[in-house]
Amino acid sequence: MSRWIALALALVALATVPWWVVNGYYVNIVSQILIYAILALGLNVLVGYAGLVSLGHAGLFGVACYTVAWFVAAGWGQLAAALFALAMIIATSAVFAVLSLRATGIGFLMITLAIGQILWGLAYRWIGVTGGDNGINVPSRPAPFGLSLTFSRPFYFFVLVVFLVAVAAMAVLIRSPFGASLKGTRDQPRRMTALGYNVWLIRFVAFLFSGFWSGVAGVLFCYYNQFVSPNVLALSSSAEALLMVISGGTGTLLGPIAGAALVVVMKNVASAYIERWNLVLGAIFVAIVIFMPEGLVPGSVRLWRWAWSLRRGPRAAAALRTGGGSAG
Amino acid sequence: MSALELRNLVKSFGGLRVTADVNLDVAPGERRLIIGPNGAGKTTLFNLIAGELRPDGGSIRLFGEDITRLPCRSRPHRGLARTYQIITLFPRETLLRNVILSLLGLSPLRWNPVLLLRRQKALFAEARAALERVGLDRIAERPLAETSYGERRRVEIAMALAQQPRLLLLDEPFAGLSIDERKDVQRLLLAIPREVTVVMIEHDMDVALDLADRITLMHFGEIIIEGTRAEVVAHPRTREVYLGE
Repeated sequence: MSRWIALALALVALATVPWWVVNGYYVNIVSQILIYAILALGLNVLVGYAGLVSLGHAGLFGVACYTVAWFVAAGWGQLAAALFALAMIIATSAVFAVLSLRATGIGFLMITLAIGQILWGLAYRWIGVTGGDNGINVPSRPAPFGLSLTFSRPFYFFVLVVFLVAVAAMAVLIRSPFGASLKGTRDQPRRMTALGYNVWLIRFVAFLFSGFWSGVAGVLFCYYNQFVSPNVLALSSSAEALLMVISGGTGTLLGPIAGAALVVVMKNVASAYIERWNLVLGAIFVAIVIFMPEGLVPGSVRLWRWAWSLRRGPRAAAALRTGGGSAG
Repeated sequence: MSALELRNLVKSFGGLRVTADVNLDVAPGERRLIIGPNGAGKTTLFNLIAGELRPDGGSIRLFGEDITRLPCRSRPHRGLARTYQIITLFPRETLLRNVILSLLGLSPLRWNPVLLLRRQKALFAEARAALERVGLDRIAERPLAETSYGERRRVEIAMALAQQPRLLLLDEPFAGLSIDERKDVQRLLLAIPREVTVVMIEHDMDVALDLADRITLMHFGEIIIEGTRAEVVAHPRTREVYLGE
């Protein structure tokens, strides 16, 4: 019950952002948080539920970004450009997956890193298509159903709708039979094979799903900035996305969202006050690793319960420490 | 037709022949015990039958069907289930969820990304029944990490039986169990219906002998003797291999 109340409150808070965050600049920051949250949620499917750590997701994000920008700049319709971008992202994810799923663990990480760097190199050097360092300017944002997204408020609501769809898709996936299969391949791949599962294909499908949402985030990012440059798919962007997932809490629904909020706020808000904001962000990550190695969201839940149990007395605290007393 | 038929099965790791020209026939419904000292190649033989290893030569037939080249993941769908000597379960999940994963492995439902798993009542009922069969339904909701070693052994068996296999491979089902737990597992294995053919590796002769119709003795990757319980136990080679005379 309290879970549903919290969910309703969160929805109300998100839906009213443009009214309590009056300044358009800050509304844009919240849009940016949601866009990165979609990327982090997509990446989390691989990192958290498939146990495959990718350092190349900015590449997928970037490919979608560039595809939209290129088609819109070339004078195609917005809808056609968006559809091309989504088709492109699925095709790229499939190639990415076939190449990188030859390995797991560090091997997987290195292959995704290498492919991500190749994509970055293409964006940087294939000047005829990507404009190289100059990037591509996107003349206008789309206007779905005739609603212009030019200003920060309507654009925020557009991003919010996509974000909510992404969260819902993720929540359903991890509670579905396929989600159980996926978590099984993370924990005991050998056993899963012996039980009759096609581990490779399960991971492949998860990769497509993950890549798809990273691509959707890329499309939104392109609309947000109306400009795309090779920075978007640099290694540092991939690392940032991974940090969002890990700092927030891998394998949780809220973790990547919290992680995205943390990174974006530090980057945009704290950098206005502190020149060396990177140092502060680094210190925060170190603190998270030391005090909440499981990530911000699961770590806060643990600390919250512990604090509550202290209030209820030492017996409750002891029961919590031993896992909630008698379970049978 | 044999439930399991191995012909000239060969497997080497480098220069070491761990399976050397193994021929084996197990009749449908039979209980076969495979014994042999450490390093005799018993578990390797299981890994070959289950498809986790590729043989270098020879053939494997399951109820007449050649499965030598069939990938490991397809064999459970042909009616083959196994348990592991070293327990390989899903520690983060409950006992019930462990059995669910076993059932899901043979169900097309495993690909479904939009249904809620916990709403699949029939699946859960089946999983509970499987746990009841091994006497663990009381603690079905307990996380696996909070169960004892003996209970985990029984979960392994419940998961294998839940798939309703035609051929069941048990790799040392009694390993690491106390006397009482051994009795429990023994009772459990005796209750397996005769529609299921059972091939079992075991060191503990006291509990295993009662379960076996026929016994195969392996040594250095080869089958030394095969016969009824009495024949193998009385055979001089058995003493030789086990006592090093």
